[in-house]
Amino acid sequence: MSIKRSLLTGAHFLNGDVACAEGAIAAGCRFFAGYPITPATEIAEHLSERMPEFGGIYIQMEDEIASMAAVIGASYAGLKSMTATSGPGFSLMQENIGLAVMTETPCVVVDIMRGGPSTGQPTLPGQQDVMQAKWGSHGDYEIIALAPCSVQEMFSLTVEAFNLSETYRVPVLLLGDEIVAHMYEKVVIPPPDKLRIVNRKKPHVPSKDYQPFMPEEDFVPPMASFGEGYRFHATGLTHDEHGYPKTQSSEVQARLVRRLCDKIRRNVDKIVRVEEIMTEDADVVVVSYGIVARSALSAVRKARAAGIKAGFLRPITLWPFPEKQVAKAAARAKVIVVPEMNCGQLVREVERVAKSTPVSFLSKLGEDPHTPTEIFEAIKRGI
Amino acid sequence: MVQEAVTHPFSKYLREEMMPHIWCAGCGNGIVLNCFVHALDELKADLDKLVVVSGIGCIGRTAGYTNTASFHTTHGRSIAFATGVKLANPELDVVIVSGDGDLFAIGGNHFIHAARRNIGIKVICANNFNYGMTGGQLGPTTPLEALTTTSPYGNSEHPFNLVHLAAAAGASYVARWTTLHVRRLTQSIKRLMQKEGFCFIEVISPCPEIFGRRNKMRSGLEMMEWFRKASVVENFSDPAKADITPDRIVVGEFVDIEKMSYEKLFHEKIAQINEKAMEKMS
Ligand SMILES: Cc1ncc(C[n+]2csc(CCOP(=O)(O)OP(=O)(O)O)c2C)c(N)n1
Ligand code: SF4
Ligand SMILES: [Mg+2]
Repeated sequence: MSIKRSLLTGAHFLNGDVACAEGAIAAGCRFFAGYPITPATEIAEHLSERMPEFGGIYIQMEDEIASMAAVIGASYAGLKSMTATSGPGFSLMQENIGLAVMTETPCVVVDIMRGGPSTGQPTLPGQQDVMQAKWGSHGDYEIIALAPCSVQEMFSLTVEAFNLSETYRVPVLLLGDEIVAHMYEKVVIPPPDKLRIVNRKKPHVPSKDYQPFMPEEDFVPPMASFGEGYRFHATGLTHDEHGYPKTQSSEVQARLVRRLCDKIRRNVDKIVRVEEIMTEDADVVVVSYGIVARSALSAVRKARAAGIKAGFLRPITLWPFPEKQVAKAAARAKVIVVPEMNCGQLVREVERVAKSTPVSFLSKLGEDPHTPTEIFEAIKRGI
Repeated sequence: MVQEAVTHPFSKYLREEMMPHIWCAGCGNGIVLNCFVHALDELKADLDKLVVVSGIGCIGRTAGYTNTASFHTTHGRSIAFATGVKLANPELDVVIVSGDGDLFAIGGNHFIHAARRNIGIKVICANNFNYGMTGGQLGPTTPLEALTTTSPYGNSEHPFNLVHLAAAAGASYVARWTTLHVRRLTQSIKRLMQKEGFCFIEVISPCPEIFGRRNKMRSGLEMMEWFRKASVVENFSDPAKADITPDRIVVGEFVDIEKMSYEKLFHEKIAQINEKAMEKMS
């Protein structure tokens, strides 16, 4: 085995899983715990080779429940940490994703979506975990989920996922799909000094004054690691700013849960990212994400060539949902087209914010994402 | 002369803000915690290097009561969480104090795999033969025929022998005591803290309030009387034969072996890889 021991930079021909793994290393991730599952396995395989080269940890846990728990433990011990999985494993992780939300643990969870429900179609793509990403764990919470549409973005959005998780002390989800994970494309990786890397805020007070869940103005508390001399407690129970359980207090419950939501709700303009092309004057706007967005953009260009005023809006953050951007486009448009590889998930959000603008949903299941022609036909039907 | 109020010599080990604790009168959990902090005191343990982890259950509140870095995980996941902590920072002493249901029902898979890897985390299980926190349902250590809220006709499930399970799964240190054996338990916890690799102590602990009163042992004292009458110390006997019956509770140290820990093996690999990379560069 050759030992590279340096960050990958420059132009490379990679598959999406490997690009994601390299993005994690570049972002400073030094702990991976996972359990093999198609189509995310190559992330684990690649990191089992790369992590030790950087003094980092790769561990194959006994299941995805354990993987998610270990990721939280490693993050509390001070390492940027991640796991990667697909539908069945993502379901198993849900309870501990909630624990990461409640204990404000920075970490990244990659879910490479395949066809479900259940074991479904392991080697085929899907976009069926979008709502599970938002609502999968019990209780009220907000979450950040990013949807890459290329191998390049499998790299760059993995870096971004770590930055967001460190900024807001939250688990961040990367929702890829089987195609972006398995296809090979050219990826250009900037040199390390050109990459923006964010590290969590650390406390500057002595241990006796440290309150592990006392937020600053951005709603985010500074985070000490185990072993740094701060003897703090963290729990999945409702807790006060000291981290101590307050299971009978309505006041503490409201204060905590609202702040956990506010970390994302009140910072939404800093978090949300969309790509908009030709929406300014569009009569038809196609809202599309992930691999499907590439067909959608092609269809929009085709429509323009045919004299139809079509526009393209790609949510890069699925969660929080880009409400303002979609609402603005909807207010100007006559119709919105939403192609998804599921039976209708993000379209519900689009309908919620589109108000009176009609929304036309284009569902596809199985092997292939929508073709540009299929979406073009839907644009024509809408007009 | 007026006596000056003094603080308890062990108060530095406990979070006084968290008192009073939630445990019932006669519960064994306090004894487990007491032996644990005595062991820390005798070892002069560096509390800044210690992380105490618990799952969910009555005994699971222990992490919150110890004045160290501590984490209260989801039900059953303390070992998986601790695995992440220990690997990320092998300098830390990571101790789990949790229950029979937490560690061996919902968390049983993590237990056997952590023991197999021989990862250096230290597990103390308060075995009270049932799920105390949720009101006394049967669990994986409930004896045959015992009455619980979910075995109203007597338990028909065979229980785990925890020390046999731990030994078979590959633990480096395995012991069983009851809450009656405070001195031996304290010494045993000291041994557990000092050993490399995965270490396990089962503490048979009274839950008079929930388990005892359904099984003809209404008070903590009556349960302790059972432990006194029935327990026999058989150090390094075959854990497969370490029974727990109404007449016989086999206690003692069962396993104490030297075996490289997972974190040492893994970090040695990292060192080798780095050495090779250095050679290549020079
Ligand atoms: C996923 C999940 N399932 C069930 C519960 C409910 N629950 C809380 S504690 C507990 C059992 C605890 O038993 P044990 O570990 O033996 O601890 P004890 O209370 O006896 O000390 C259960 C089932 C839970 N908290 N989470
Ligand atoms: S229910 Fe049982 S285990 Fe729980 S505190 Fe009471 S006596 Fe102890
Ligand atoms: Mg119990």
